[in-house]
Amino acid sequence: MSKINKLISGNCGVICPDCTEDYVKAGGYQGLKKAFTMKPEDIIGEVKKAKLLGRGGAAYPAGSKWEQLLEIPEFPKYIVINADEGEPGTFKDKILLGQDPLRVIEGMIIAGYVFNSHDGYIYIRGEYRAIQKVFQSAIDNAVKAGYLGKNILGSGFEFNIHIMTGAGAYVCGENSALLNSIEGKAGRPRIKPPHLAEVGLFLLPTLVNNVESIANIPTIVLEGGDKYLSYGTKDSGGTKLICLSGNVVNRGVYEIPFGVSLRDAIYDPQLGGGIPNGKKLKFFHLGGQSGPIGGEAQLDTPYCYKALRNAGLSVGSGAIVVMDEDVCVIDYLKGVTEFFIHESCGKCTPCREGNKQIYAILCKIAAGEAVQDDLVILKRLIDTMTIASFCGLGQSAAVALNTCWKLFKTEFEDHLHKKCPAQVCFTEQERGE
Amino acid sequence: MGHHASDPNKIVNITIDGVPVSCPETTLILDAAKMAGIDIPVLCYHPDLKVRATCRLCVVELKGQKKLKTACSNEVWDGAEFITNSPAVRQARKDVLELILAEHPQDCLQCVRNTNCELQQLARDFGVSKPLFANQPKQIPIEDSNGVIVRDMAKCVKCGRCVEMCQEVQTVGAINTAHRSVEYEVTTAFDRPLQDSTCIYCGQCIAVCPVGALYEKDDTEKVWQAIGDSDKHVIVQVAPAVRVALGEEFGLEPGSITTGKLVAALRRLGFDKVFDTDFAADVTIMEEGNELLERMSHGGTLPLITSCSPGWINFVETFYPDLLDNVSTCKSPQQMFGALAKSYYPEKAGIDAAKIVSVSIMPCTAKKYESARPEINSSGYRDVDVVLTTRELARMIKQAGFDFNKLSNAEFDAPLGISTGAAVIFGTSGGVMEAALRTVYEVVTGKELANVDFEGVRGLTGVKEAEVDLDGKKVKVVIANGLKNARVILDKIRAGECDYQFVEIMCCPGGCIGGGGQPWGTTQATKEARMAGLYQADRELSIRQSHKNPAVKALYDEFLGKPLSHKSHELLHTHYHPKHK
Repeated sequence: MSKINKLISGNCGVICPDCTEDYVKAGGYQGLKKAFTMKPEDIIGEVKKAKLLGRGGAAYPAGSKWEQLLEIPEFPKYIVINADEGEPGTFKDKILLGQDPLRVIEGMIIAGYVFNSHDGYIYIRGEYRAIQKVFQSAIDNAVKAGYLGKNILGSGFEFNIHIMTGAGAYVCGENSALLNSIEGKAGRPRIKPPHLAEVGLFLLPTLVNNVESIANIPTIVLEGGDKYLSYGTKDSGGTKLICLSGNVVNRGVYEIPFGVSLRDAIYDPQLGGGIPNGKKLKFFHLGGQSGPIGGEAQLDTPYCYKALRNAGLSVGSGAIVVMDEDVCVIDYLKGVTEFFIHESCGKCTPCREGNKQIYAILCKIAAGEAVQDDLVILKRLIDTMTIASFCGLGQSAAVALNTCWKLFKTEFEDHLHKKCPAQVCFTEQERGE
Repeated sequence: MGHHASDPNKIVNITIDGVPVSCPETTLILDAAKMAGIDIPVLCYHPDLKVRATCRLCVVELKGQKKLKTACSNEVWDGAEFITNSPAVRQARKDVLELILAEHPQDCLQCVRNTNCELQQLARDFGVSKPLFANQPKQIPIEDSNGVIVRDMAKCVKCGRCVEMCQEVQTVGAINTAHRSVEYEVTTAFDRPLQDSTCIYCGQCIAVCPVGALYEKDDTEKVWQAIGDSDKHVIVQVAPAVRVALGEEFGLEPGSITTGKLVAALRRLGFDKVFDTDFAADVTIMEEGNELLERMSHGGTLPLITSCSPGWINFVETFYPDLLDNVSTCKSPQQMFGALAKSYYPEKAGIDAAKIVSVSIMPCTAKKYESARPEINSSGYRDVDVVLTTRELARMIKQAGFDFNKLSNAEFDAPLGISTGAAVIFGTSGGVMEAALRTVYEVVTGKELANVDFEGVRGLTGVKEAEVDLDGKKVKVVIANGLKNARVILDKIRAGECDYQFVEIMCCPGGCIGGGGQPWGTTQATKEARMAGLYQADRELSIRQSHKNPAVKALYDEFLGKPLSHKSHELLHTHYHPKHK
């Protein structure tokens, strides 16, 4: 099995991103044309067969999400694409948005056609300002070429795409916060239920999909769900864009079929190419700051939703941040927690206050001032934040910490005795060297 | 996903801590638990406000699921099994509380809410004897420069109830949440002082605050000083809504009519004369009723809108200044009383007006603002010197140390203490309208009303419409209960789509019984009880129409001449001005 399969990223870096002719020449809009000959429920049937799981991080079955929205009788419905790619270590949507925006647009039109929706919004993170320009240009060219706007390809179907820009809040990647942000409200998550399929953008039925998820739609429609599924594993259809970063030789975005092992992802010369400078792996952090951390023992886990879940890990956004032996777990977790202190929306108690208290304890541990009781409180906070926070941000803010707690328990304990295996914390004098 | 709107007619069977409960599908876990005799702790939840589910104290366990659910925001479903007292639930709740306490100043002894604070109660219930986290409250200066509402945001627990009230119920939007994470806070636009915001001083934020972050500016010391000054003649007026709420501060049921004890208590505190705002309410009806008739017969601006509620006046000046001509020129009863207390009363009683200190006890915080308005003071002195809320009066009684409940009933002093049933219902939404109709009907038709009860204008509905037949002449009236509902009517007036002649607007939901100065813990149920108390007080009075008040008749005979006379205009009427915010 090839370890790279450019199912959706084949155009990236190859064609002129916003050029409709190039895109068509590369096989673009074939999925759309086929979709126009199909019934909406049949298109959804293919998505279900494909076992496309949400690529934003939550891994919710896209087919089910589509099916639920289709059942809702109210109109208008909105198509919203979450391009607020804010997970640290994640930069795969950036590639699609900037290098093959027309594929994303094609996916959106198909979704629009399925739900008889006439307006699609793409919420692109503020930091991707330059990419927003490319995307806008792609929209404009698609309109000129008759793929967007009124009467698309003579079908009578009308669809328009609006770019909305984020303003730098990570929490706006949470779908309901994202919709609030589009509506001009503060980007804070909503109470669910009602679910967004029922009460979404402007309180109307709404589909919210990730960029990568929607980019898969033209392929699924064109090749069929069964074929798409066959590219991946039995439970995880197709391919996944992974983002390799950190202490890895070949940093970047790779499209791999589900089933490739983590070891291959990190060490295969076609992919990560191993750890630089002959260092040993300390751990890898999957799916962004909100994702789990794994170690050497989990390297042979196949990269797919089910196997990773069974190993206590998850795909998340597709980020794989590799850290070598010089990294101190406590120091690393301080960075993770600082990120959440910065990005919590602040409305719920566990997330607003919990991250702050976790950080305080981590600082104590790093300074060698912590005692056993602090570790007890730390563990409590991890649990409380995870089970009692308002939204996914707070619920997952302590995931990295929790997985490290299990993997590196001794390293936590060592710090109580002013020992830092990576020699990051404490002075030589403090360490008694 | 796949969640569909729940059906209030569908009865579902669930268990809570093993106790079976049958309830409609629309029941919140919180309320279902109550049916099972289980009290789930809450902080951000308030029964009259939109659910926010942000404090996370009310989490419960759904059998078989690790992630907890908030009881305040989730409805039940058939077959669900909830556990409210598992180790995970207990730990999560306690941690949440500890996280809040870590931020809180914990200066309970100095706090206005001491022994009456929801956070303190929770801390007591949870037994937080050994704190998990170091106490590191933020250093935020207390804002008390507006003279009405004090904001001590270091104490804020960020429940957001005040925001929900200000934004969604009152549609004033003076405060909102801003910033994120540890910087998340309740604040005004651009963090300006409250007086530079759109705040109308209704105090509804105070009414729903669970802790001591929001309270009225305490003016009790001014009153103690005046009472202690033998050179001063200190008189007091009490608004109608106070008499059915004050008892709550002394353990009585909401709605208990405490008029007699209240008068006795005020006398005991040392006021020289104890009068009734109700007297001025009767005067207001005389003036406003005649203003309505005058406008109707002389082509004046209609509809006429009542002007008793100072929060509403602030609101119209800020948000609907173009409709100021519709607002009655009548001062509120408090200010009519104030003007008469320093003109008519000293003349009649032979007292030097300069020595009179006029105090009012109000269910309201905006009355403090109103009393300081330059355009409302006309006696040559400040008409109302000090305004105290119901809560402040209770504080004075507690400081004095006598047992309120053991006081014998006493009577108001004459003449400014004589009033009618029409006046006492001023304290509830619809009351001013009903009082006006009781008088206007008889003035216009010259006939006696067979039944003075206008049931159609009563109750806590948001907008109440009625049509009254004045001997062939139909008058359409409408009542807005709270400001969100006021907007509905005001927008119609603005659009010229309104055929009402008379509009009653009360700023606070429920009217003054739900005022921002009333005892803490007020809910819809409390308001209903207080409202019932007022209507009972009305029924029990021998005179129930303002124009039949003998003291009011005497006032016109001896002093004012007739309603809308030159002297009336001088003392009892005013004009308001647009606020530019």
